[in-house]
Amino acid sequence: MVLTLSATLRVATPLILGAIAGLFSERSGIIDISLEGKMLASAFAAATVAALTDSAWVALGVGILIAGAFSLVHGYACVTQKGNQVVSGIALNILASGLTIVLGNAWFHRGGQTPNLSAKARFMALDLPGAVSLRDVPVVGPLYGEFISGHNLIVYAALLAVPLTQWVVNNTRFGLRLRAVGENPQAVDTAGISVAWLRYRAVLLGGLLTGTAGTYIAIAQNAGFSRDMTAGQGYIALAALIFGKWRPYPVLGACLMFGLLDAIAIRLQGVRVAGIGEVPVQFIQASPYLLTVILLAGFIGKAVAPKAAGVPYVKER
Amino acid sequence: MRGGRTPLPHWVDIGLIPLANVVLAFLVAGFIVLAIGENPLVAVRVLIAGALGDSEGIGYTLYYATNFIFTGLAVAVAFHAGLFNIGGEGQAYIGGLGIGLVLLAGDRYLPFSVLLPLTLLAGAGFGAGWALVPAYLQAYRGSHIVITTIMFNFLAAALMVYLMVNVLIAPGSMSPQSREFGPAAHLPFIHDVLAPIGINLTATPLNLSVVLAIVLCVFVWLLLWHTPFGFELRTAGHSEAAAIYAGVRPRRIIIISICLSGAIAGFVGLNEIMGVQHRLLLNFAAGYGFTGIAVALMGRNHPLGIVVASILFGILSQGGTELAFSIPTITRDMIVVIQGLVILFSGALPQLSRPWFEWLFGMLQRQVPAMRGV
Amino acid sequence: MAEPDNRNKMPEGVGTPPPAIELRHIDKRFGAVHANRDVSLSVTRGSITGIVGENGAGKSTLMSILYGVYEADRGEILIDGKPVNIASSSDAIALGIGMVHQHFVLVDTFTVLENIMLGSEGGALLRRGAAAARYEVDRLEHEYGLGVDLDAVIADLPVGALQRVEILKALYRRARILILDEPTGVLTPQETDQLFRILSALRSRAVTIILITHKLREIMAATDAVYVMRAGAIVANLRTADTEPAELAELMVGRKVRLTLDKAAGNFGGPALVAEGLTLRDEHGVLRIDNASFHVRTGEIVAIAGVSGNGQSELLEVLAGIRPPTGGRFTASGREVTAETPCNPAEMRSIGVAHIPEDRHRLGLVTAFAANESAILGYQRDSVFSHYLLLIKQILMSHCAMLMERFDVRPRAPMLRSANFSGGNQQKLIIARELAREPKVLLIGQPTRGVDIGSIEFIHRQLIQRREAGCAILLVSVELDEVMALADRILVMCGGRIVGDLLADQADERKLGLLMANAQGREVSGAPGVGEAS
Repeated sequence: MVLTLSATLRVATPLILGAIAGLFSERSGIIDISLEGKMLASAFAAATVAALTDSAWVALGVGILIAGAFSLVHGYACVTQKGNQVVSGIALNILASGLTIVLGNAWFHRGGQTPNLSAKARFMALDLPGAVSLRDVPVVGPLYGEFISGHNLIVYAALLAVPLTQWVVNNTRFGLRLRAVGENPQAVDTAGISVAWLRYRAVLLGGLLTGTAGTYIAIAQNAGFSRDMTAGQGYIALAALIFGKWRPYPVLGACLMFGLLDAIAIRLQGVRVAGIGEVPVQFIQASPYLLTVILLAGFIGKAVAPKAAGVPYVKER
Repeated sequence: MRGGRTPLPHWVDIGLIPLANVVLAFLVAGFIVLAIGENPLVAVRVLIAGALGDSEGIGYTLYYATNFIFTGLAVAVAFHAGLFNIGGEGQAYIGGLGIGLVLLAGDRYLPFSVLLPLTLLAGAGFGAGWALVPAYLQAYRGSHIVITTIMFNFLAAALMVYLMVNVLIAPGSMSPQSREFGPAAHLPFIHDVLAPIGINLTATPLNLSVVLAIVLCVFVWLLLWHTPFGFELRTAGHSEAAAIYAGVRPRRIIIISICLSGAIAGFVGLNEIMGVQHRLLLNFAAGYGFTGIAVALMGRNHPLGIVVASILFGILSQGGTELAFSIPTITRDMIVVIQGLVILFSGALPQLSRPWFEWLFGMLQRQVPAMRGV
Repeated sequence: MAEPDNRNKMPEGVGTPPPAIELRHIDKRFGAVHANRDVSLSVTRGSITGIVGENGAGKSTLMSILYGVYEADRGEILIDGKPVNIASSSDAIALGIGMVHQHFVLVDTFTVLENIMLGSEGGALLRRGAAAARYEVDRLEHEYGLGVDLDAVIADLPVGALQRVEILKALYRRARILILDEPTGVLTPQETDQLFRILSALRSRAVTIILITHKLREIMAATDAVYVMRAGAIVANLRTADTEPAELAELMVGRKVRLTLDKAAGNFGGPALVAEGLTLRDEHGVLRIDNASFHVRTGEIVAIAGVSGNGQSELLEVLAGIRPPTGGRFTASGREVTAETPCNPAEMRSIGVAHIPEDRHRLGLVTAFAANESAILGYQRDSVFSHYLLLIKQILMSHCAMLMERFDVRPRAPMLRSANFSGGNQQKLIIARELAREPKVLLIGQPTRGVDIGSIEFIHRQLIQRREAGCAILLVSVELDEVMALADRILVMCGGRIVGDLLADQADERKLGLLMANAQGREVSGAPGVGEAS
């Protein structure tokens, strides 16, 4: 049970980072379908650099840079060129999918995989103070030792990112302007603030977060990069963002819920649920998407996207 | 800023700028090839030779192109109505499911001449059905069709895995595939069709579905530009106000056009399931849906352009396989990279090259006064 | 263009402070459209100056230049006598210019305070700035009588409150010059009165106000001086006390060469179009059509005169089936339409009602389509254009060619994109399309807006011909000359109501002008008006 909760946190981490990245972008009015691609690209970059430098931190830095570069392209296409935001996102996903294998194969000759990483080059599990000594205490011990402690740094960072984001969005000048530009960019423009610069900053912040997510997947959760290792997590993060109605804490809740579903999917295989029979694992895997569609259909409350999302800002004639 | 910009002639918009986008994509791809230590010019030569050098290559190229035509047409029809159907992957997948089900049910009892119309109906019907929910949600609930169709792509994948693993798997099989269909359920290969009349081609997967693809091109062309319904669809895509003025009901148009789009995408199943694989299996639609978007964008949403773009992507697919054989460092994934770049330049940065052309034409017009008004 | 009429301009003597704003020879083009032609004006500090003119006269462009949204092609701007360069909205704000837009630029999900603070937050962290802002805004509210709940969410507030928020936004940024662009378009009469009280309070504290409007009543009620704009140029500069609405109306719509038409005596039949108590409320709950009752007989041209924005456009949309009425009913060609039994444009066409819309670019044709396709817009399902379900290009082309020939559309190119025809020829194409059907009832809005003189004459003759053929025509137009030349009867609409119904030969410009300007016939006061609450 505790193990399941623990697994939930680990699985949810990239979702949280990805969803928050999407939150910044979409609340500024830029639809970002390319969470998946950015995660994948930064995963590859981090794994490569970790293999070459044996340093997890340098790998994290490069992973963030790469995701930032993708974000810059997306931002340029959407904000400056006023291109189709959805198409740009799809293009970047496809590009990342192919480029990571092409480069990986050319550099490492392992069919796209990067070399296995030593513990030094990865983010390993951390034991919080007192976790080891408390291990034998009933209830509290396992709970603290296995669930709360024992995760790597990025997991804790992701969890911290949520209250931090909530604070930034609601209590800072940047957050106010961010929310404004996603609802009514003209209001921001007539107040003398640059719409473009705000949106670029939002997209780049997204790059920071997805870069962290990708790095986590490659060198914390696993020990190297393999083909298409993000496996749709970028899209689930998008679903969580919508399900959480673009607000940090509900998004966290959605990510945890989707993470939990994933963690128990394997466990539920073969288990018979009263009245329904055996629950197919695919059903549980598909549940985040199903839930999001149901939400969008308006059956579990309304999901109101930032009003200006998806529409390039053009000064009115 | 003084004055206005140099207006560009129409043919630049239709021909030159899209071409420039493709060229830019290939230039970037060329750099990547250089970066991994290979010669891009050699790569291009191998690619073209592999795709068009012999009848086998051409056969494979056209087989791939068939699928691209289906998904490209699907995206284009929706685009003309002003909507973005990204669900081609899922609709193609489920369309194939429908075709497979019909064939599994009937291949022992029914002749080909009965099975074929049934599979056509099933492919279109299942594809349209999979598009119906997102269409309805967009029309009546305002749910953004881009998000819902992406979700439905994943739902399709999950559904298919479940069905193939648990329900439709051939008894005793190790992999999630159905049993093979009987001969009545095979769509004839082109090389088989042409052999009796003396044309001997190397065996390739190219089958009769390519005929359907061409027919569908003509059908879509007629529908969009030569029927009242197509007129209404295009009007709605340009201006909802004008559509209402013209007596169109916007919701109805949304649902019909998206379902039509899904139906066309469903025919990928005809090619793959009935034409090539002769069994139901997983992932037969992988990648075709998204590439369909690139094809539609490159082809400017017109059937003729879509055919050209499909052949180009067919060349890339087949040539890519050859490339992977000949130059081991360049895998099939390089083709994926090129696809991504083409979508990026054609779809997200389409006007990137415009300022250069405006400068060029402005200069030409100043040097050569006779060029004014070209 | 005649010299601006400066006879009543306020005298400038030695010792008077420089004008708050002075514009000299401002010129601005957008491609082929000459939005502002050599505009020069000066606004006295601490006054309320009105700029009045029809839609498209260039008022909003001028103010956008002042607020930094656009830059003028030529000309200069002086604030308090000093030349300035306004390249962006932040420049304008820094110079003390504040703008209250016609369509509010507020963030619906924010509170009032958040909207006011946006752009002037007072620091990277909101908390400190918010406390200071709250204090200051409270002070402004009390000083000018602008009561709004600072913590209310914009989406929940009535429209009148939103405008006060916009004003507060500008004042919070220390605007000494306030521009209001069509401020009363969505206000109820009480809210309008309240607004004018606020403007008075502002004026008494030496805030300079520019009021852009096409509503003459407001000019008379609120301003000290008024500039009249027409077709991008200033045509008059008057002291409000020295003029009257009818004169302003004449200046606004302009005196063109009076057109004389050969119009036979009327041969009127029974009523073909009858409206009874027709009412329309829009999404904001504002009454757009207020209890309109009228009729049009066969062979009769009834024109609705009135400055646009008084419900005429909405009336046409309701009669054409584009929008259902919210109350009352109308009958056309025997079909009765009410809120419970709505119709749609396709049905109206099938019973012989044709509609030539005011907004030809958005509704009347599809600019991306070739002319031959725009020529069947609305009639695409007519069997005459198809063989076995397929539209036959040949038929479309010859149909279009026929229309172009009969109605003198140039160039005679059915393959040419609709966008590439001039405004006048686009209009002739649309008119051709609708008139060729020989409708029983014809609804037209602004038939000759943006059309050259020769084509105007042609269009008018076509309408007279239709009249003689027994068509019932309802014509909406702001051109009084056109109205008086064509109409057998003239209705005047103001504030959504029919306020006048005259026979054409009993009407003249003064009478019409008075009716057009005379809104609900009330004085500006604190007294609540008769009629609706929001």
